[in-house]
Amino acid sequence: MGLLSDPNRRRALISMLTRLNAPICVVCYFAGVAWFMGLAFEPFTLRTYMSENAMGSTMVEERFPAGERALATGREFAAHKKKVGGMPVDWLVKNMQDRGLEVFTQSFSRTLPFPDENKERYIVKGTNVYGILRAPRAPRTEALVLSAPCSPGDSNNQAVGLLLGLAQYFRNQIYWAKDIIFLVNEHDLIGMQAWLEGYHHTNTTGMSWSPLQGRGGSIQAALSLELSSDVITSLDLVLEGLNGQLPNLDLANLFYAFCQKIGVLCTIQGKLQRNDWDSVSGYSHTVQTMMLMVMKQASGRPWGDHGLFLRYHIEAATIKGVNSFRQYKTDATTIGRLLEGMYRKLNNLLERLHQSYFFYLMPSLSHFVSIGYYMPAFGLLAVILLLRALDLWVQLNTPPSTTEDGVADIDQQSSPGVLSVLTPLVISHLTGVALYALPIRFQETAVEHFPVSETEAVVLTAIAIYTAGLALPHNTHRLLSGEGTEQGWRVLKLVAVLYLAVLLGCTALINFSLGFILALTLVPLAAFVTPHVPKVLSAFILVILSPACTLLFSVFFFQELQEMPVSFQDGWLLYLSVISQGILDHSLYGSLVYPLIALLVYPCWLLFWNILFWK
Amino acid sequence: VCALHNSAGQFFSSGHTNNWAVLVCTSRFWFNYRHVANTLSVYRSVKRLGIPDSHIVLMLADDMACNHRNPKPATVFSHKNMELNVYGDDVEVDYRGYEVTVENFLRVLTGRLPPSTPRSKRLLSDDRSNILIYLTGHGGNGFLKFQDSEEISNVELADAFEQMWQKRRYNELLFIIDTCQGASMYERFYSPNIMALASSQVGEDSLSHQPDLAIGVHLMDRYTFYMLEFLEDIHPASKTNMNDLFKVCPKSQCVSTPGHRTDLFLRDPGSVLITDFFGSVRKVELTMDAINLTDPINPVNGEEQKEVYSYADQLPVSEIIHQKPKQKDWHPPDGFILGLWTLILLVFFKTYGIKHLKHIF
Repeated sequence: MGLLSDPNRRRALISMLTRLNAPICVVCYFAGVAWFMGLAFEPFTLRTYMSENAMGSTMVEERFPAGERALATGREFAAHKKKVGGMPVDWLVKNMQDRGLEVFTQSFSRTLPFPDENKERYIVKGTNVYGILRAPRAPRTEALVLSAPCSPGDSNNQAVGLLLGLAQYFRNQIYWAKDIIFLVNEHDLIGMQAWLEGYHHTNTTGMSWSPLQGRGGSIQAALSLELSSDVITSLDLVLEGLNGQLPNLDLANLFYAFCQKIGVLCTIQGKLQRNDWDSVSGYSHTVQTMMLMVMKQASGRPWGDHGLFLRYHIEAATIKGVNSFRQYKTDATTIGRLLEGMYRKLNNLLERLHQSYFFYLMPSLSHFVSIGYYMPAFGLLAVILLLRALDLWVQLNTPPSTTEDGVADIDQQSSPGVLSVLTPLVISHLTGVALYALPIRFQETAVEHFPVSETEAVVLTAIAIYTAGLALPHNTHRLLSGEGTEQGWRVLKLVAVLYLAVLLGCTALINFSLGFILALTLVPLAAFVTPHVPKVLSAFILVILSPACTLLFSVFFFQELQEMPVSFQDGWLLYLSVISQGILDHSLYGSLVYPLIALLVYPCWLLFWNILFWK
Repeated sequence: VCALHNSAGQFFSSGHTNNWAVLVCTSRFWFNYRHVANTLSVYRSVKRLGIPDSHIVLMLADDMACNHRNPKPATVFSHKNMELNVYGDDVEVDYRGYEVTVENFLRVLTGRLPPSTPRSKRLLSDDRSNILIYLTGHGGNGFLKFQDSEEISNVELADAFEQMWQKRRYNELLFIIDTCQGASMYERFYSPNIMALASSQVGEDSLSHQPDLAIGVHLMDRYTFYMLEFLEDIHPASKTNMNDLFKVCPKSQCVSTPGHRTDLFLRDPGSVLITDFFGSVRKVELTMDAINLTDPINPVNGEEQKEVYSYADQLPVSEIIHQKPKQKDWHPPDGFILGLWTLILLVFFKTYGIKHLKHIF
């Protein structure tokens, strides 16, 4: 007979499952963590290579000559910016028109739900200026974008200057098969969001903007430039976008190939590449680089102006010029040549970039780990949840071994009604909804009653609701009709474990880093929590492993990785600002991390909290 | 007059009287610039050596000269630093763009074109034509890719050549292919009088050559590049023979190993001139006297009369209308089916009782 239909064999399997459940779970957990750490080990990674045939090698002649003139333009831009006190729209329009582009502007305005203390803005009004270089012989069906943000103060002037210099040089060439749009956006991400929404005729975030008068075709690729000094020592590539989405790996490969051809030092996550992968310090260096990428991807925020393009299936990356204390400096002409080479190669594209990976991790700029290699790490953690669910199912279906009172036994054997499981579920999710909706809604009342600013009010309300959820089990048990039974908590835990497995699985598919980090903390607590473990210690562990504390630890860890460790006070303030940024990102750009945590992960965690305090 | 009459016999003793060329580039897209340049270089040589446009069927799957990405519009270069423009100003492309398909190529070869096809798109060869067929593009073991969407296999090609032989559409055929694993394409030929050359053996890739930074693509493939250099030295009166063509592009230059096949060819390759295929050498004898050609001309070199060939009937209507229609699929005889159903019904009524009959009647 078959393996599963033979009752003897089935009993043997089930007994093995129940006996070995805990050891297998522990082994799986450590295997998952070890697999993840092993991803940064160089022999387990692959070298990057160009997958798109149309882009081929770096066989192109770069002839951009006007780096110095670009820097002079940048200085002019800075002067006009200071004079106007914002974006010098008229100067930019005239300058772009003189260079032969078709220039258009777009004005936008947005009132943030509460003031943004990091960037000090609340009611944002701005103008985007963009010039379109029409392809001389091609129909206007495809476009490429080069953008530079107009930042307040002294930053990014050279970027705008270089953008204008490149526009003039590109205008004189006849080999463009796609329109090139040169965009200068104000208020960085907010302006970019307004421009993209106007370009694609969507309105997902409730911003008000004037419609775009001029348009190119469908955008195939975009690069955003951030350059704040006349000479640089290295170029940093930023890939992580909104909701942890990444551009096609071919874009990173293209950048790396040109860096090698032209001889510019290129980094990712701001960390240089090292050759000594077999030494401990070399390995820890790559682990740090990879962990930085994981942290940035998990946060779900766009780490450059390019991050918002990815949602429209436009491959985009940000190139940052870094000027540190190194001997070998690169001037603006060389950067211009690198960009020219990249754009000539992107010009050769016939379809959107799709040949290379969309899901990957980069422990260094020349090596990558694809989804097929990193998913088993998450899979091993998810298996723990499934094993636990199987174990609970078996326990629910076997009759209890010892009985004292036959009558009461039969009563207990009837499975607890759906209602008893439904109550904790509904109440947890209502708490989640409260955590999602109330902080912003009640910020005015909070400001009236407490001496805090609006931002602090929102964040502290969120934390307060989060902590208030901890008191729930004591209250909801009074609402339950009868006492909780042994079967009751098992059913609830089964539901909760399966719910967590589905939730983490879906999250890991879209944003692997977020799913993996949540799994690292939530899976152990989901596995071991029962009403019978020691209460105080387990409560403490549960709180430590809850999403909010995970975020707190991540903040400190992230600062450590960037070699800028913070003290506890600063770390706490940083933590509060991270929460406020998360809520703002959600309402401004549609980032999904905050709703995910508030509406789905937190209620799930509350279910486990409920199980711990089950009576 | 008698001497001239005899030499008229000598006039018709060589094998072919006209030359045709079918030159096909099967790839499109800008990064396959080199395949178009390959085909155009062979076109240029063939035209230079005398074959007129009316006898050349040129099939180019994409237009590189007017591609938006071409920094030198209206040119296709075959040497880097833009030394040689093979596009020129008198290129006549017969099949362009999406018209280059496997079906059209096979129809050109076999002559089965719709009546509306213009003459420039037809291969109007006869049994005294020497045809040069040149194919280039992306290929593999046993196939050649057309336009990124279909393939022609070596078996199909061999069958097409056999059709040409049976319809007496060629005297001798020279087949040159420049693709990866090109030798696999001529493995299956079985018709007589075919000589084949390929740029690489099975399992080898044909490599590209001439990277040009200004244009941004590779301009030629190695084999055709060296073949073009070899052909540039040929002029209409040169006596270079096929053995020299076999030596073009040794492994040191080509990296792949070019191959050739001569077992189906009746003449010795050493006696075959390059211009027999690449050029259109016309034998002209000037005479001031009139020649009276009344008797059938006997060939001088005294070989016995060749077998008289007749055209195979393509559509044997008489056979069709006088024959019973052949049954396409086999059906069981009608009586068998009737008996089967009777048996089924009997078994049914036996099992369930005769009383159910009243439900039916």
